[in-house]
This record gives sequence, structure tokens and C-alpha cells, in this order.
Amino acid sequence: MSIDAETARRVAHLARIEVTEADLAPLAAELSAILGFMEQLAEVDVSQVEPMTSVTPMPLPWREDAVTDGGYPERVLANAPDARDGFFTVPKVVE
Amino acid sequence: MSDLARLTIAEAREGLRSRRIGAAELTGSCLEAIAAAAPLNAFTHVSAERARDGAASAQARLDAGGAPDLCGVPLGIKDLFCVEGLPAQAASNILGGFVPSYESSVTARLWEQGAVCLGKLNMDEFAMGSSNESSAYGPAVSPWRRAGDAAPLTPGGSSGGSAAAVAADLCLGATGTDTGGSIRQPAALTGIVGVKPTYGRCSRWGIVAFASSLDQAGPMAKSVRDAAILLGAMAGHDPKDSTSANRPVPDFEAALVGDMRGKRIGIPSEYRVAGMPAEIEALWQRGAEMLRDAGAEIVDISLPRTKYALPAYYVIAPAEASSNLARYDGVRYGRRARIGARDGVTEMYERTRAEGFGKEVRRRVMIGAYVLSAGFYDAYYLRAQKVRTLIRQDFEAAFAAGIDAILTPATPSAAFGLGEVGDGDPVQMYLNDVFTVTVNLAGLPGASVPAGIDAAGLPLGLQVIGRPWDEAGMLDVAYALEKASGFAAKPEKWW
Repeated sequence: MSIDAETARRVAHLARIEVTEADLAPLAAELSAILGFMEQLAEVDVSQVEPMTSVTPMPLPWREDAVTDGGYPERVLANAPDARDGFFTVPKVVE
Repeated sequence: MSDLARLTIAEAREGLRSRRIGAAELTGSCLEAIAAAAPLNAFTHVSAERARDGAASAQARLDAGGAPDLCGVPLGIKDLFCVEGLPAQAASNILGGFVPSYESSVTARLWEQGAVCLGKLNMDEFAMGSSNESSAYGPAVSPWRRAGDAAPLTPGGSSGGSAAAVAADLCLGATGTDTGGSIRQPAALTGIVGVKPTYGRCSRWGIVAFASSLDQAGPMAKSVRDAAILLGAMAGHDPKDSTSANRPVPDFEAALVGDMRGKRIGIPSEYRVAGMPAEIEALWQRGAEMLRDAGAEIVDISLPRTKYALPAYYVIAPAEASSNLARYDGVRYGRRARIGARDGVTEMYERTRAEGFGKEVRRRVMIGAYVLSAGFYDAYYLRAQKVRTLIRQDFEAAFAAGIDAILTPATPSAAFGLGEVGDGDPVQMYLNDVFTVTVNLAGLPGASVPAGIDAAGLPLGLQVIGRPWDEAGMLDVAYALEKASGFAAKPEKWW
């Protein structure tokens, strides 16, 4: 599967990674090469196969639905690039 | 400079307990060795003061008697682990300035047992790479060189700093993580022992996530015995990781006997790949002979879906990475890009991620987004998950037929030069993982053990793959190989 610059633009946006106009064509070529390598998977007959969704066959553990941690907003915010008054701040989201 | 940093963990344990050496002296020796090894670029952050304090507390415990195996033993920690109060960047610019206020479960266990924290170790960015070249800190450099050639070589990746530090005797042992071979490949390229445990053996909590269904922490050490001691200390159930297994941790060190009588060792024909150097093939055969001489039965086996492991891995790992790395958005931690007054939150996300992630990480996140996107999910991601089932079934069939462990080469070549591989074609770099990714896909334990030297004087490793949860049996096979090969080569100091 070869992907074009337009698809590369769409994928970059899906991944929320800015790509300049000039870089789109080389990116498309790189992604195509990697996807080409994955094409081999098409040779495998998987019609009767279940996808592997759990690495170790074990039931996921359950616990009480109770708060087990927290109560230290200053530690949560300590690494934020911009935090004010106990909140993370971001550029304006709604007009 | 004292030679104490050259000790194995087992030797140091004996020396510390018998009071022939002091914990402060041992840690001091490692700190000196680290300070003198800047050209290796193995450590990204040295926590000297913390190490000296840790050594003093360890000495008090040793003096009191009954101290654990690792008490007073100085270790290096891969930058992917969060250690409270030390920078943790996963070798990425996007986590620049991040200092975790919490401790990974694996490192918490190590400090509880009195291990001394020397600092953080270099790696490929977000553990994505096989050469350490994708690190935001610049590549770690192998202490090994080809005979008569000063060209800098890779220590492998992604745990390249860990491998370089252990091989150069900057620390007694180190932690690594392995998603597709990131412990075993660098261990093989630097002549040390690396163990990727069964998925679920070590808690993933507090380790920066790359591909959650494949990631496992494990030890990198100077001997099989040291790896067994370290693994025992790192392993165990953790309620904070829902995939951590609630099962007892055996005494791995006690399992090291080296008697292979009654063991059936499988040799998978599919691991004989095109273009594999004759030296690797010869090493593999010698390894099988060593195990036969130790009493094992050598059995040819087939793992027919092996060739599809690498492409399946390079669908699944980027897909999981694209989800895991979605959290780096410039809001909660790390760096945020500058944006214009008219730009909004989407521009902020997109520019932050474009600036903060390196080339290989950007590439994998985009591949992951693509294979998970509407219209391509079934053709790529779902198909890869089905192929993953088949790869696991290959191993299950071999083990069901009575195979105790599987012997393969660890890497398709010896260490290559920095800048030599994959510059224009990322797939060339991916091929480094050809013998190791199968193990992650199937969730099995794998160990890399040094077993020989190539014509240029570089170490070569063999891989032992164990049954699920049978790290003890796997390590015993590795121990038999270590004893029989008598591998004792060390890099000649040039740094």
C-alpha cells in the first residue's frame, strides 16, 4: 500500500504532529516503505484465527470501586509547563 | 582508581557481608569510573549524593546483619524508569525537565533491598531503536571497538546506556526494558547477560510506556548469576499493574546448576536467516554442542510463522505506542511549544509533538495512527493481532512436544558502527530485532548470554527462550552455556 502526500497529511493530523508542506512527500515515501514491509502479513491465512488480545491468559483483577490515591494537587501540577491556581492551562478552546 | 567497580554482584555481596569491602568504597569506585567515562555517554544523570547516602544506609544494614543480597550494590537505572526526584526523560525532548514525584515499582523494590542508585542511563528515545542513536542525549557509545579500529560502535538499543555501563564496569548491574529485544540485543552486542522475563513477571508501573502488551523490565548484568539475583529482586506481584502476575517468585539463583541431563533444547530452523554471517551460524552450532556436552538432548524444531513476527511487531508496537504517547501534549508535563497569539489548542498539540518527538518516534506514532485508523484497522492491526496468535501457537506446540528451552542466535550480527545502519531505510534497523521480537509477541522469557568473539574481536551472544514463567529453567540453560563457553572477554579501556 503506497500512500500519497495527502494521506500523509491526514495521518500526521490524526497523530497530532505538525508536518511542513515540504516534508509531506518524503514522509509519504518513508511511511509507504514501512507499510510495504508489513504487506507480507497478507500472505498469512488468518481466516480461522482469533486475534491475540491478552498476553498472559489470566482474568483481570477486580477491586473495590474506591479512591485509593490522590489528594495532592501540587504534586500533580508540579511538572506542568503552565499551571495556575490549581489548574492546567491551555490556549483558548472555545470561541 | 580502585577496581571494586569491576566486581560482579555475587562477588560484591560476599565482600560486603564478610566486611572485606565497604559499601561507601564500592559506590565511590563506581562514581569514579562513571566520572572517567564521559566519552561513553552511558549515564544521562549521575545521582552522586544520593548514591553516597544510599551506601551509608546500606552499610548500617550490613553491619546489623541479615541484609538482602543487593544491600550496598550500586546499580544504574534506564531513563525509562521513574525514580522519585531524579529527571526521567525517556531520552526524549518532549519530557525535558520532567521530574517524577513517584517511584516505579521495580526500582522501589531495588531500593527497599538496599541497592544504591548511581543515576539514569541513556537509551533510544521512548525505547524505540536498536542502536541508541535516537536518544535526545546523543548515542551511548560501546566500550568495545573492532581490533585496530577506533570507529565508535553502537552498544545496541534501546537499553544501550545500560549495556555500555555494565560492560565498561561503571556499575555492577543495571535495569533495562525490552519491548522487541531492547535488553537482549544490547546485552549481546556488549558481551553481558540480559534477561527479558515472562510478560507480567515485573511490574510496569512507573515505567514510561512504549507498547504495553510487549514491554517488560529486566536485568542487565555481568554474569548469569548476577542476572538471576537482580531478576529475583525486581520481580513480583504489584496491584498497581493489572497485568502483573500474582504468582510466587522462585529463587532464580538456586536454580543455577548447569546440569542439562534430561533437558530437551529446541533448535528452530527458521532462525537460520538469509545473509546471516557464518560466525553467527558457527556460534549457534557451538552453543548446541555445549548443551549436548552438558547432557541435553538437542532437537530440531520448527516455528513456521517466525518470518511474520517482525512485520506483525511493527504494526502492533507502533499502534500501542501511538495510543500511549498521546499523553504527551504539552499540557500536564514536559515541554510545550511556543505558539502564536492566534493559534489554538490543536496547533499547540501539533507543534509541541513535532518539536518534542524525534524522527523515529514521530514515524512510529504516525504508522500507529495509520494502522488503527478507520478503513485500515482490519487490514493491518487486526490481522497483525491474529498473526500474533499464530506465533504464540508455534511456541506452544514446541513446548507441548516436550521442549524445555529454545536456543537461537541473539542478534543477526555483531555490533555495527554508529551511523552505519538504517539512515535512509528504517526497516534495515528493524531487522536487528529479527531473533528477539517473537519472544515479546508470545510473552515468553528470553535471555541473552555472551558466548563468543568474532574475527574483529567483538562479542556475540546466544539467546535462550524459556517456557512461560520458567525463567529459572531458562537461566540454568544460560548458566550452562556461560560455564561451557568460558566467556571472559572485556573491552580494552580506551575512554
